[in-house]
Amino acid sequence: MAAATSVRFLEGELRTYRRQWRASVITTFVNPILFLAAMGLGVGSLVDRGTGAGVLEGFAYVTYLAPGLLAATTMQIGTGDASWPVMAGIKWVRSYEAAMATPVDVRSIVTGHLGYIALRLLFTAVVYALVMVVLASVTVGGALAAVAPGVLTGMAFAAPVIAYTSRLDGPEGLSSLFRFGIVPLYLFSGTFFPASQLPGWLEPVAYATPLWHGVELTRAAALGTGTTIPAVVNIAYLVVWVGVGTVLARRGLARRMVT
Amino acid sequence: MTNPLVQATGLSKRFGSLTAVDGIDFEVHRGEVFGFLGPNGAGKSSTMRMIGAVSPPTAGRLLVFGLDPAADGARIRSRLGVVPQEDNLDLQLPAEENLLIYGRYFDLAVPVIRERIDRLLAFAELTDRRKDKVDILSGGMKRRLTIARSLINEPDLLLLDEPTTGLDPQARHLLWDRLYRLKQQGVTLIITTHYMDEAEQLCDRLVVMDKAKIVAEGSPKELIERYSTREVVELRFPIGERDAALGRLDGIATRTEVLPDRVLLYTDDAEPTLSEVHGLGLRPESVVERRSTLEDVFLRLTGRSLID
Repeated sequence: MAAATSVRFLEGELRTYRRQWRASVITTFVNPILFLAAMGLGVGSLVDRGTGAGVLEGFAYVTYLAPGLLAATTMQIGTGDASWPVMAGIKWVRSYEAAMATPVDVRSIVTGHLGYIALRLLFTAVVYALVMVVLASVTVGGALAAVAPGVLTGMAFAAPVIAYTSRLDGPEGLSSLFRFGIVPLYLFSGTFFPASQLPGWLEPVAYATPLWHGVELTRAAALGTGTTIPAVVNIAYLVVWVGVGTVLARRGLARRMVT
Repeated sequence: MTNPLVQATGLSKRFGSLTAVDGIDFEVHRGEVFGFLGPNGAGKSSTMRMIGAVSPPTAGRLLVFGLDPAADGARIRSRLGVVPQEDNLDLQLPAEENLLIYGRYFDLAVPVIRERIDRLLAFAELTDRRKDKVDILSGGMKRRLTIARSLINEPDLLLLDEPTTGLDPQARHLLWDRLYRLKQQGVTLIITTHYMDEAEQLCDRLVVMDKAKIVAEGSPKELIERYSTREVVELRFPIGERDAALGRLDGIATRTEVLPDRVLLYTDDAEPTLSEVHGLGLRPESVVERRSTLEDVFLRLTGRSLID
């Protein structure tokens, strides 16, 4: 029963998305491509002429950057889809209340919404993989191999962000999440430069963030390089974020909706 | 006799130190329209949410379709239609899409839903608005769409929480007509309302709730007979003259209620009572003779009006 209603809820999310996808095209596809072009090709031309080549394991900057940007993009999409739409479901549209008057329950909502986010991430990552091939000279095999770690990275944010959003009263907490959480992570988790370039005291902070693990995995998959720590640890770390996040999301939403 | 669709014994709901529902007993039978009448905050919506298997009771026993909502919530909800107090339609989606998505939550096949959408939109007089975004529909249309949505699974029991609050009179009457048709089709309805005319029009049987408790139960007619007189004379006096008049009105009616703006004289026959008032030389500014209503029942039971 619960599995069936999760799928039904996921289907509802997709039907809604089909009507509203235009609104998300810019942030989903255009922004990352602009970033890759500006930073990768523009700034990259300076990096490649300087000392960059030494720390970038011999790759052109745009090639080095592209997989990191994939992970950072899935983080943003995972976080975005787990925050504002969840707040809308709870409070603004109250679509969760509507769904919960049917056989759909909190578990189905969390599972269904995470499933929807996974599909969104998958679609984005595949499109982005093609862009990496065209703009960043990543091999087709490498680009496709980067899709799975990209999706995993996004999910490692989506699940805990649903848990966080379910405990908020209003949108202020979401703005703070982006301002003080997502933007710094985006900049300092190894996306644009190796975390080893950070001041020594900041390095361990970067290693604790799920994004760093996601970037490591995505880059290793795309470029065929090694990871700083065994990849299985990176994967396990992200899976823990997904798992713990899912449990906390169910609990938070139940406390919110089943009163 | 068949088992009741809903059976509650000592049902309670507490939120922290607040007791929203305090040990109520009631039964709802197949085919009837059952009402919860009471002012805002009486515990009607909390009771509805418990019946709807979305809010676990704090104490007491509740069976819906003979099932325990705590254990069989999804099975119960699959047979319920719910119209919440505030519409929770997706305003950005077309009317028909709201129904389609909702129907899928019940795991109904898409062709079955499409066929029902045609029928339900016609029933709700929204056929020509099916492609419109819900956002641009009027309040009455949104309400009718919510009712259409609640019928998508052909429920055995329909829960309507304050179905006409916030609607203009014309929209209310259209909605009552639609609910009356459902009743004719044999759908069991549970309605909460703080409008006595709504309760009187629609309900076969109702309970009056006040401060988390049920204070009376019966058909509208029974309640009026039991707790009020057949007729009422309403008098309005010029400012400053009321108190003097009150002393002289003593004893001329079965019962007298003094409201901030009016004096109500409860009597079995308004005509002679009014003659007596005039015989006393009293000249009220305005006079209304009317039948007793559930409003009078509520006033008698609680000492307050339904709508404050």
